[in-house]
Parts: sequence; C-alpha cells; structure tokens
Amino acid sequence: MSEHHHHHDHHHDHDHTDPPSDLELRVKSLESLLVEKGLVDPAAIDLLVDAYETKIGPRNGAKVVAKAWSDPAFKKWLLEDATAAIASLGFTGRGGEHMKAVENTAKVHNVVVCTLCSCYPWPVLGLPPVWYKSAPYRSRAVADPRGVLKEFGTGLPEDVEVRVWDSTSEVRYLVLPERPANTDGWSEEQLATLVTRNSMIGVEKARTTDN
Amino acid sequence: MKAQLDELLALPRDEQGPVFREPWQAHAFALAVRLSEAGCFTWAEWAATLSDEIKAAQQRGDPDLGDTYYEHWLAALERLCVGKGLLDIADMLRRKEEWRRAYLNTPHGKPIELSAGQRR
Repeated sequence: MSEHHHHHDHHHDHDHTDPPSDLELRVKSLESLLVEKGLVDPAAIDLLVDAYETKIGPRNGAKVVAKAWSDPAFKKWLLEDATAAIASLGFTGRGGEHMKAVENTAKVHNVVVCTLCSCYPWPVLGLPPVWYKSAPYRSRAVADPRGVLKEFGTGLPEDVEVRVWDSTSEVRYLVLPERPANTDGWSEEQLATLVTRNSMIGVEKARTTDN
Repeated sequence: MKAQLDELLALPRDEQGPVFREPWQAHAFALAVRLSEAGCFTWAEWAATLSDEIKAAQQRGDPDLGDTYYEHWLAALERLCVGKGLLDIADMLRRKEEWRRAYLNTPHGKPIELSAGQRR
C-alpha cells in the first residue's frame, strides 16, 4: 500500500478495499476480540442475526393475537400468564421472559412505551420501529397519549380510557387488540393478516376487513 | 426466485425500511444478547447502561429520533465490556485499526481477513 493517487474524477483502486464506517469497525473489533476470548460463539451470533433479520417479526405476535381471538381458553391463559401462553407457541427468548398481555375493549385502550430506553418484546414483535425508539414518542406517549394516538390516525371517543404501560427490563407488554367486526368463521391464519405490529404496540387498531 | 422474494417480503420492516439498517447493527444487537445470556452481565445492567448512553447523547444535543439508537447501543456495549473487565480499551482500539488496515490491504472483491491487517 505504498501509493494512492487521488484524481478529481475519483476511481477506486482495485488493490485495496475501502474500509467501512467507524461504527462497523468498532463492532468488528468487539466481536473478534470477544470470540478470541471465548466469550461468544461466532456461529451463535450468526444464528441470532439471521433469526432477527429474517425470521422473527411481528408475525409471531400476530399468531398469538389470532389464537387468542379464536380460542377463549388460550385468551384466558394469555391474559393470566402471557409468558407461559406465548412460550407454548414456541416464541421464547431474550425480551420475552416476563410478558404481560393487556386487552383492548370498547372501553379501554392500551398503549405500550418504554420511557427509559426502548425495551421491547423481541420474540413476538421482532425489533422495534424507529419511532418507538425516539425520544418524542417515549416522552409524549406518557404525557399526551391521546395526541400521539391521533397522529397515528387512532381517534378514540372521550369515554374510552387510555392506559399507558411503561416497559422495563423486567416486564414487556403486548397489546391484545379488539377483534375486528365481520370476521366470524375466519381461520387463525386469516385473522393473523389483520394484526399489525402497531396494533400490538397499541398505537393503532387491528385492520378492518375492508382494507 | 419465488423463495428469494418470499424471504425479502418476510423481513421485519416498518414504514422506514428494515429495522436493522446495516448489518453492524444486527451484530451489535446479537453480541449484547449473547453476552447477557452467557452471564457476563444482567439484562438490568444492560438496560441501565443503555439508558445512560441515551441520556448522555441527548445532553450532547442528539435529537434522539431513533436513527442513532444502535450507535448508543454500541457505545453501551463497549462501556459494559470494559466495565466488566471483559475487554481492554487499548486492545479494542488496536483491533479496530487492524481491521481498517485489513480492508486497505485486501484487493477489492476479496474476503476481508483480520490477518491481512496484522501483517506489517
């Protein structure tokens, strides 16, 4: 690497590779040192990266909600012991150890936030969206939940009580949205298509059958 | 082709794209999860360190709109690894420089090996 010519019409030399961002180099540095010390197994890291990037998403949560809508016994279990009920479907792991499900009804609407950082139930919802991690959402969801809901297009009648649940490293919340009308006889698979990530955070309702 | 398309559609996304914008974010995420599972720190210690990093960034003027979240995550991870005596700052800096040199010493298109940055 003795010489580098920089022309105005910059073209890449083929005898080197441009280093990535400083952030990426820091992660590579951490990971390679931790692997050398035997503190992490590189295969386990790759597995986890792959799982979160491609396999886990809000779809796991949608299956939980659809089952609760279809099966009253499962719904009762979910509301009493969400951790066990969700684990019974095979959705376990970091961030899902202490789950609590909160049910939306005609009179109560639940919203989840994490005011401290961004605790989030990864095993059922995948990774949090950017807005969930933002300071404005974290503070305003508590100070003005109705205003935040309105920005998501969720207007609620005055007589509906809004409950805000602040996640911690100990407890993560999953909102059980109301089952949409006109879905009698729908299979769990069909119902799951109506369950959005935002409806399980509580900033929106589940999809209706006409959209 | 169909399978690839299905895989693409199945990626967790939100209105602003995939939840991990770059692979390094997924790696930083996975490292924290595995280290805590291995007992190197508790999840409560992790949450406290991360929220400290976020608060510090806000005080530095970061509008903290969620796009810098994994930068705070990485800073918290580095701080906890050093604080718990798992890693040494000098080693981390040296290793980062070795990786940077590994890129510079590797012809374009070839896999990047750390050893390429450790040779003089």
